[in-house]
Amino acid sequence: MNKHATVVAGLAGAVKRYGAVTALDGLDLMLHRGELVALLGPNGAGKSTTIALLLGLVRADAGRVELFGVDPQDLAARRRIGVMLQAAFLPSTLTVAELLRLTMSYYPAPRALEETVSMAGVGDLLGRRYTKLSSGQQRRVQFAMAVCGRPELLFLDEPTVGMDVDARQKLWTSIRQLVAEGCAVVLTTHYLEEAEALAQRVVVLAKGRMLSDGSVDALRSRVSQARIRCVTDLDADAVAGWPQVAMAERDRGYLLVRTDAAEQVVRRLLDADPALAELEVLRAGLAEAFSEITRDSTTEQEAA
Amino acid sequence: MNAIPVAASLTPSAGRMPWRRTLGAYAAEARSECLRYLRSPGFMLPVMLFPSMFYLLFGIVMNHGSGADTARYLLASYGVFGVMSPGLFGFGVSLAAERENGLLILKRALPMPPGAYLLGKMLMAMLAAGVVIVLLLALAVGLAHVAVSAGQAGRLLLTGMLGVLPFCALGMFVGTLVKGQGAPGVLNLIYLPMSFLSGLWVPLPLLPAALQRIAPLWPSAHLQQLALGALGLGHAGVTSHLLVLAAYTVAFFLLASRRLRRMG
Repeated sequence: MNKHATVVAGLAGAVKRYGAVTALDGLDLMLHRGELVALLGPNGAGKSTTIALLLGLVRADAGRVELFGVDPQDLAARRRIGVMLQAAFLPSTLTVAELLRLTMSYYPAPRALEETVSMAGVGDLLGRRYTKLSSGQQRRVQFAMAVCGRPELLFLDEPTVGMDVDARQKLWTSIRQLVAEGCAVVLTTHYLEEAEALAQRVVVLAKGRMLSDGSVDALRSRVSQARIRCVTDLDADAVAGWPQVAMAERDRGYLLVRTDAAEQVVRRLLDADPALAELEVLRAGLAEAFSEITRDSTTEQEAA
Repeated sequence: MNAIPVAASLTPSAGRMPWRRTLGAYAAEARSECLRYLRSPGFMLPVMLFPSMFYLLFGIVMNHGSGADTARYLLASYGVFGVMSPGLFGFGVSLAAERENGLLILKRALPMPPGAYLLGKMLMAMLAAGVVIVLLLALAVGLAHVAVSAGQAGRLLLTGMLGVLPFCALGMFVGTLVKGQGAPGVLNLIYLPMSFLSGLWVPLPLLPAALQRIAPLWPSAHLQQLALGALGLGHAGVTSHLLVLAAYTVAFFLLASRRLRRMG
């Protein structure tokens, strides 16, 4: 991370308890201009609490939380953010245009309505009542409300749930454009491919603590295993006995191998079977890395 | 070591808003709040029709023989009955629902100017109260031939539109205690007994002495005195009733705001 980049918001040693449950246990997190941070973690990891603290919805029991250098409950600071929450109910009898105009009125220098509309792809929905929209369309309207105030920091909590592939792609394009303009974005998502497609930086939380903070590639590289798939007559049990092969099995005519040393295993496979075909080597994806990191933390804590 | 290095000074004017735009935000919020309820007949129809129906039935049809004075007295009573409901229900039910469904959380996260949400609901309740009074006045003058001067009508309208405020505060307080679906039941438990105990259905002098003695506890009893006064039926002493109602409004509003700040 560029240490000189402008910090727009941050938590330092933030602790939040709900009764006996510690939702956040001393979290340090800085958000910078023009950076998209994906917050990942299993349910109850502290993602929502982190966002609620940054939005000033709840108060930290200990530590500091700042939004543009001031308390998040400061109105002037909140005029620089845009929000798309996960469970968002909006007045059902208002039209999309009315909802957008209302939200625009809260901000000092909102985008022109046409600009917001084209960013969120809601041009065909303006005159319709919110309640008549599909859940994917409602999500697009909520995105429009989040960006209409020309925010410098945008909170997107599960933004693409319920959207079809096409709408999701369009939203991704708009998010990338915002980041390119210097907007900072905090994204929480259950779709790891979404984090993979958008995030420069991935923060993994579990049980209120940060498990990892780095680029998508850095996170992936924490999982060294690769998957090899090919068509071959070699016996799976024999391959499983080779050095550095973690697992080998047969699946519908393919041989699947998991290994830490893909290059060596591939060389040996090709030597052993000159007729080998349809060779594929895949690096571990974010999904594997994520489940491995969160699994490690559980076993560590159980062992402790 | 816990400092957060934020270069907020890069854009010192960011987040400032000219007062005209802030005023515009209040207006937009009030407009939306009014529009959304005007468009939901499930809320508007009961609020408008119940008092009108009751007045038509008990004030006009059943009292056909007893003349315009009874109809005038009941215009004040049912006016108060009708004004209570947009306050109690408009505030209480919607606040309870919006605390549950997440709208209030979103509003708190958005840079909505302080109080705009409550101010919008208040204006909506005042508007609905005004419509109820106009409907009742039309029935009284048109069907029961009650002689109401323009001044009296104006005073009754003013009494109704401002008189909704203590009930807004009470409804808001209930809305902070109860979440979601439970609110209408609780509010009816307040609305109906309180209406009866303040003599809105049966005039106070006809109620048991014990009930007459505790009547000054209820804000609706004080509002009824003001409404009667507006129609030329009351006794002197507007100030004391006004003070009691103002005290009710401030007390419940403060209690409710404290709970809202604490629990959200």
